[in-house]
Amino acid sequence: MISPKYHREIPQRYRLEAGKCKACSNISFPPRLVCPECGKNEFETVRLNGEGKLLTYTIIRVASDKFFGKTPFAVGIVELKDGVKLTTQIADVDFDKIKIGIKVKLVFRKIQDEGKSGLHCYGYKAVLV
Amino acid sequence: MVGIVGYGSYLPRYRIKVENIAKEWGSDPEVIKRGLQLFEKTVPGLDEDTITISVEAARNALKRAGINPQDIGAVYIGSESHPYAVKPSATILIDALGIGPHVHVASYEFACKAGTEAMYVAYSLVKAGEMKYAMGIGADTSQGAPGDALEYSASAGGAAFIMGSENVVAEILFTNSYTSDTPDFWRREHEFYPRHAARFTGEPAYFKHLVSAGKALLEKSKMKPSDFKYCVFHMPNGKFPQMAAKQLGFAKEQMEVGWIVPWMGNTYSGSSPTGLAAILDVASPGDLIFMVSFGSGAGSDGFVYRVTDKIKDVQNKAPKLRDQLDKDKIYLDYGQYAKYRGKIILNE
Repeated sequence: MISPKYHREIPQRYRLEAGKCKACSNISFPPRLVCPECGKNEFETVRLNGEGKLLTYTIIRVASDKFFGKTPFAVGIVELKDGVKLTTQIADVDFDKIKIGIKVKLVFRKIQDEGKSGLHCYGYKAVLV
Repeated sequence: MVGIVGYGSYLPRYRIKVENIAKEWGSDPEVIKRGLQLFEKTVPGLDEDTITISVEAARNALKRAGINPQDIGAVYIGSESHPYAVKPSATILIDALGIGPHVHVASYEFACKAGTEAMYVAYSLVKAGEMKYAMGIGADTSQGAPGDALEYSASAGGAAFIMGSENVVAEILFTNSYTSDTPDFWRREHEFYPRHAARFTGEPAYFKHLVSAGKALLEKSKMKPSDFKYCVFHMPNGKFPQMAAKQLGFAKEQMEVGWIVPWMGNTYSGSSPTGLAAILDVASPGDLIFMVSFGSGAGSDGFVYRVTDKIKDVQNKAPKLRDQLDKDKIYLDYGQYAKYRGKIILNE
């Protein structure tokens, strides 16, 4: 992740900012230029609730080089109370306790490092409630 | 009256027991437990650092304060484990919490008292009328060299305090600081672990500064130890704060609630602030709290707080310190701990 791209994504990664369509109220996360539901292009910025449930998950045992030493870890699709679905790591978890439908909340964690001397990149991960 | 309008704490879920560390270095865990009065300590997750701990503690403080983050005029994070040597930790925190960009931020360092420095400056700015609210945070993922006595205590956690003058939950009545050039503990630039002067960290450093600051604070406030419901001091191990309390004239019952070190370890800049959070979690209106931090190098900051009737409205609005300390723990063995703390040399 290079610095300008990381910087552009801060509102979503840090604050869960989404775009709510002014015409049909559909929420897009990350925000879009055109609403995928009604095709209109006017949005208001809203912050997602951060609480939801786990729709599905998998355990990553062989990861890319950037996640060396972090395996095994869980990745899942979470549906937030706002209806938004997002893909995220599930942190601090005993794999035996993960279940589809279980309640989760999003917390602020380090996502990755850009090598030994690069940026620390932060964002959201899910933990079981 | 200016004081705390919201507070929050955060501890990682990971733990390592004294037995697991002692076993690797051929030490007797019973001697450590008896001598240092430490049983286990918190360990940060692979994805946790001073910034993530500060953000979670600050979010809990905002939940209790119930204020608009945009009204916060300053955010200071005190730590000796800021993830960047050059880039302030609080820049990330303010963007995560929706504070600013019209806000003053800084990273503070003063060994284990950087957190109370941040609290003191935040309090002073509000008292001076410069801003409506200011936040001071003490947080650390403390470093201790493998095999060193510090490895049994250096832990992770933090607490955040929002200072203001409306809806105050704990008024700050008096403060006092005591500082001198006492080289008891240090870490040179580019060094991974701190060095310390063993027993020299006791009498000439910890006790001299903490007790001197405490005595002056009692004189300044014209109060006596028996006036206070609670006291909390910097907790490098289980034993030192008990001895300091005795020297200042406080009883064991007054420090029990904030004495979280035996099961948490020393969260360095977060030590006395997390102890204060544990006290505020259970305090009642009218209670007086006596707090003195200590940072090697060396110095101490003292505070006298008076809890207001607003406290009961906020205590249950965010997780309590003792609940985080006692529940949902994940225990690591020494190999996992070494990996989590980056103590294993890896290829690039």
